[in-house]
Amino acid sequence: MKPAAFDYHCPDELAGAITILQEYGDEAKVLAGGQSLIPLLSLRLSRFDHLVDLRAIEDLRGVSAVDGSIRIGAMTTQAHVARNENAAAVPLLARATSHIGHYQIRNRGTVGGSLAHADPAAEYPAVAMALDASLEVAGPNGTRRISAANFFMSTWATAMDPDEVLVAAHFPVWSGSTGWAVDEVARRVGDFAMCGAVCGIQLDGQRVNRAALALFGVGSVPVRARGVEATLTGATVDDLDLPAIGADVAATLDPPGDLHASGEQRRKMAKTLVPRVLTAAIDEAKHA
Amino acid sequence: MREVALTVTVNGEQISRPVEARRTLADFLRDDLSLTGTHLGCEHGVCGACTVLLDGDAVRSCLMFAVQADGAEVTTIEGLSEGGLTPIQAAFQAEHGLQCGYCTPGFVVSAHAFLAEHPDPSDEEIREALSGNLCRCTGYQGIIAAVKRAASNGSSL
Repeated sequence: MKPAAFDYHCPDELAGAITILQEYGDEAKVLAGGQSLIPLLSLRLSRFDHLVDLRAIEDLRGVSAVDGSIRIGAMTTQAHVARNENAAAVPLLARATSHIGHYQIRNRGTVGGSLAHADPAAEYPAVAMALDASLEVAGPNGTRRISAANFFMSTWATAMDPDEVLVAAHFPVWSGSTGWAVDEVARRVGDFAMCGAVCGIQLDGQRVNRAALALFGVGSVPVRARGVEATLTGATVDDLDLPAIGADVAATLDPPGDLHASGEQRRKMAKTLVPRVLTAAIDEAKHA
Repeated sequence: MREVALTVTVNGEQISRPVEARRTLADFLRDDLSLTGTHLGCEHGVCGACTVLLDGDAVRSCLMFAVQADGAEVTTIEGLSEGGLTPIQAAFQAEHGLQCGYCTPGFVVSAHAFLAEHPDPSDEEIREALSGNLCRCTGYQGIIAAVKRAASNGSSL
């Protein structure tokens, strides 16, 4: 399989990449790790006259702690995130990473690529939604920040303009007694999830101080379960009826069906996964 | 810019030549360098037959353009086995970890990278590490046994 011919650009500065994107508009596409884009090109599901490879822009790599958040450069590989000490301050990242493809994919796949590709069944977008991550985007008029809630528009579509580049993602760090969990239902290890859930719990003694829950694979964008977060916050953990919460979340979903699973199956998966991740996260927070 | 200059080290040999930008690393290795030990199964990142080492990390060579390996060091199955069978290959032979052999280069290269980082893996870790490589004839038990044997012999190379 051969992708259609394209002009290859490999700027060594961000400004250069933006200039090329400005010049070619919709005919150009940013190439990050390529683990999603290259198969789309090879299968000719997509074609672009220009590819703008970001690999030579050193500033786009690396993980740092900035203002209570962990800033991850867009070209940082998933494998790097999973073993980086700074990134460990956001435990959901490493846990979500282990569900992404296989390790050969994670060696090339990038955080920015995964977020910008915005696959509804992908893990990082759900983590970004759950944690209120902020996406740092650069364009001809400078840099702007977009909250995760406003970033994911639809399947493979984000709020970025065609001449903008995702530079970094900022994931807030939670302190205190916290617990985290990621789980998903997939046909095989490494397959895209038919349904998945990520969650974080912060406890003050037996009381839930803070809760974050997002599901993926159940709509065109990750779904943040804000209603459940409100129910959980302030509650005493041992009083919670987690299966009922799972049923409540599932009832709000209207997942699409495809050849992997019907919408109803996905709703049932959500009903099972939500109590499972909540139980795991609460248990971890109790022992934190 | 449909054709770009590429300088890459493959199995220890530096190669500089122009390459079509859309050429995948897998096609470059097989068609341009005649290193046909790297196999192509699915050509979209699922089967793992095309796995090579890029600066020591196992990657899918069908999910990379050759030009993205510019400046990097690529090791293929030919590079791993220059002195005859590697201990991992010998373990595949001993444990009947192959039959038709089509998937074997990908498995061996993946196992090589995996054992380099996990010299004493659990069965679970071996299964997880091999989950990105598909075999359609031998079955996985022999392959898993081969990787276990290679690990217990202390052979990451």
